[in-house]
Amino acid sequence: MNASLGRIRALVRKEMRQIFRDPKTKRIVFASPIIQLLLFGYAVTTDVHNVSLFVVDHDHTAESRALVNALTAPGYFRVIGVSDRSGDIGRALDRGSATIGLEIPAGFTRDLAAARGAHVQVIVDGTNSNTGTVAQGYLTRIVQQFGVDYLAAHGTVIRGGVDLRARAWFNPDLQSKVYNVPAVIGILLMLMSLLLTALAVVRERELGTLEQLLVSPVTPGELMLGKTIPVALIALIDLVLICAVAILWFGIPLRGSVPLLLIASAVYVLASLGLGLLISTVSKTQQEAFMGMFLLFMPAVVLSGFMYPIHTMPLFFQYLTMLNPVRHFLEIVRGIFLKGDGVAELWPQLGILAVMAVVVLAAATRRFRQSIG
Amino acid sequence: MLSRMRLFAVARKEWIQLRRDPRSMVLAFALPLFLLLFFGYAITWDVRNLRLTVLDQDRSASSRALIESFVASGYFEVVSYASSLSDVEGALVDGAAIGGLVIPPGFTRALSGGAPAPIQLLLDGSDANTATIALNYASAITAGFSRRVLLDGSRLVVPAVAETRVWYNPTLASRNMIVPGLIAVIMSIIAAMLTALTIAREWERGTMEQLAATPVHRLEVVFGKLIPYLGIGLFDVAVTAIAGIIIFGVPFRGSVLLLGAMTTLFLLGALGLGMFISATLKSQVLATQVAMVVTYLPALLLSGFLFDIASMPVVLRAVSFIVPAKYYIAVTRGVFLKGVGIEALWVQAFSMVVFATVGIALAVGAFNKRIAE
Repeated sequence: MNASLGRIRALVRKEMRQIFRDPKTKRIVFASPIIQLLLFGYAVTTDVHNVSLFVVDHDHTAESRALVNALTAPGYFRVIGVSDRSGDIGRALDRGSATIGLEIPAGFTRDLAAARGAHVQVIVDGTNSNTGTVAQGYLTRIVQQFGVDYLAAHGTVIRGGVDLRARAWFNPDLQSKVYNVPAVIGILLMLMSLLLTALAVVRERELGTLEQLLVSPVTPGELMLGKTIPVALIALIDLVLICAVAILWFGIPLRGSVPLLLIASAVYVLASLGLGLLISTVSKTQQEAFMGMFLLFMPAVVLSGFMYPIHTMPLFFQYLTMLNPVRHFLEIVRGIFLKGDGVAELWPQLGILAVMAVVVLAAATRRFRQSIG
Repeated sequence: MLSRMRLFAVARKEWIQLRRDPRSMVLAFALPLFLLLFFGYAITWDVRNLRLTVLDQDRSASSRALIESFVASGYFEVVSYASSLSDVEGALVDGAAIGGLVIPPGFTRALSGGAPAPIQLLLDGSDANTATIALNYASAITAGFSRRVLLDGSRLVVPAVAETRVWYNPTLASRNMIVPGLIAVIMSIIAAMLTALTIAREWERGTMEQLAATPVHRLEVVFGKLIPYLGIGLFDVAVTAIAGIIIFGVPFRGSVLLLGAMTTLFLLGALGLGMFISATLKSQVLATQVAMVVTYLPALLLSGFLFDIASMPVVLRAVSFIVPAKYYIAVTRGVFLKGVGIEALWVQAFSMVVFATVGIALAVGAFNKRIAE
């Protein structure tokens, strides 16, 4: 037992040295997660701001200008062009320089003042369906409110109707980064674990050092532990680094328990690096292992609920996501960060991850035994 | 100096090598279709059947009519009726519902009395995108409901109305946004992965020496290697485009010729970039990794494929100007959805020419240095 512990310690030391003597690996391990967190944190946004607006104003009044101002003031829209010819809207949309064309007809102010129902024409570029949907919603609401406010300012108070008061929990401003940044943590932990383990065994095989390890008294189980422990430690250091950036730089609230986050992450990292080791033992070359990793990682991201919502997927894919450790971990991180969930809410996901970790690690060890036997 | 015979000899050699390598063949022909089907089916942002829990404290014909108009829209589905506010909170916390609609007592009285009748919508903001879209739908539904109630038998009109029309993608179906963009993303992956190997392989296997010993000119090597990959790339685009049109019903409104010309330029640039990386790094594993980071990530995140560039911070907006996939996606969307010609796409056409030139120049330059060593 003691001898075995000593061998594992020696292996861990060897792995650590191998990882840290290579400056390239050091960069991959510590700098790239932070860069990627910044990139994903900012780029993956479903918020809609600065939608480009092309305005054709036939009315030329203070009111028509006030309407345009009402659209641009909150930051949702930005005027990229103004003209008197209706045809220019079509050209701007065709070229893609504007996403929305607004045409204010002559007589807009007259109709508005007479409370006859003033109409403006809006053309939305639907090629980006998300921007199109959200921008259309903003625009309709702002124009309606503009009319109501105008009449109120001129003494006609429109009463009645239904007043919808919305309140968003967990993320009051509905910023997409609050939703996405915690998820990026999950994605990056998986990526790190895979990158560090997928090449681990196959590299020893390609370099011929696997032979050397095999003639030493190290058992396959010990070898697996020796490969696992350093990566798990590095991944947890990464976790702390990325969480610090998420909280301090992006201002994401951490409402739940830190120990729970650490435990859940440890289980998740074990499952991820088990997958990496499995790929590594199955592959014959590093090139093949990298391809395998890519082909595993990409679907895992798509089916995780990170960039693409799960509840809109066809049923078959929704079931498929149940097999995806990333999906379960994302529910855990988002729950802990945003909702302050504890074990009471998250035990199903934790349980599934634990089972996955055990199964995958056992399979990797078995497969490794077979491959050397 | 340049000989067409030697050029085609290199092309033939490369093609034979590719054809006999099953992994490359899978990568070249099966992966694009797999990616299209996988992404095309799995990713959809069309929000339907949002789970709503309802607390109806008014229990009147009007409140039921309001709930009915939520359900009839198709965007919401009532999963439960809550009996208290804490029920609503419970449903939101455990994720049973994404929204809670609260209709307070006195709703009907307020409606008929002419004062604005407040209703409350509580949203699970932890999924910001879904919540934003849900809020937009809910406002539209309540606005429609108020109009019906108010205008019923009265002479009131809504003071200002935006009449919106959606061009290019009238139903705002996310599939029409995703499929044309996907072609660009897939081509970025394939081009980079395929060519990242081509020169690094010659170095790793030692065949570079042989190539250097032949009278073949470096331009002949670069172009000779490009020809088969260009053929494969064009074939892939044709297959994915046809599959997108037939399987996903995406409209194709523009010119095949324009798409073909632009695709050729884009592929030349992407393939050249891949060869440059391959020739510079001389290692297949490294080259694939770098190629993925340089092409796949920007094509996914900074191209406007899914995430609107206008909403990103200024640094990323600036970086997006040098992402070739951004321009190519404008071309595919322009040709597929907008049906526009070169007159609307000349900026993109110019960028494609620049990209192709730079890509090939880089490949030739990198190759030159190495052989001279």
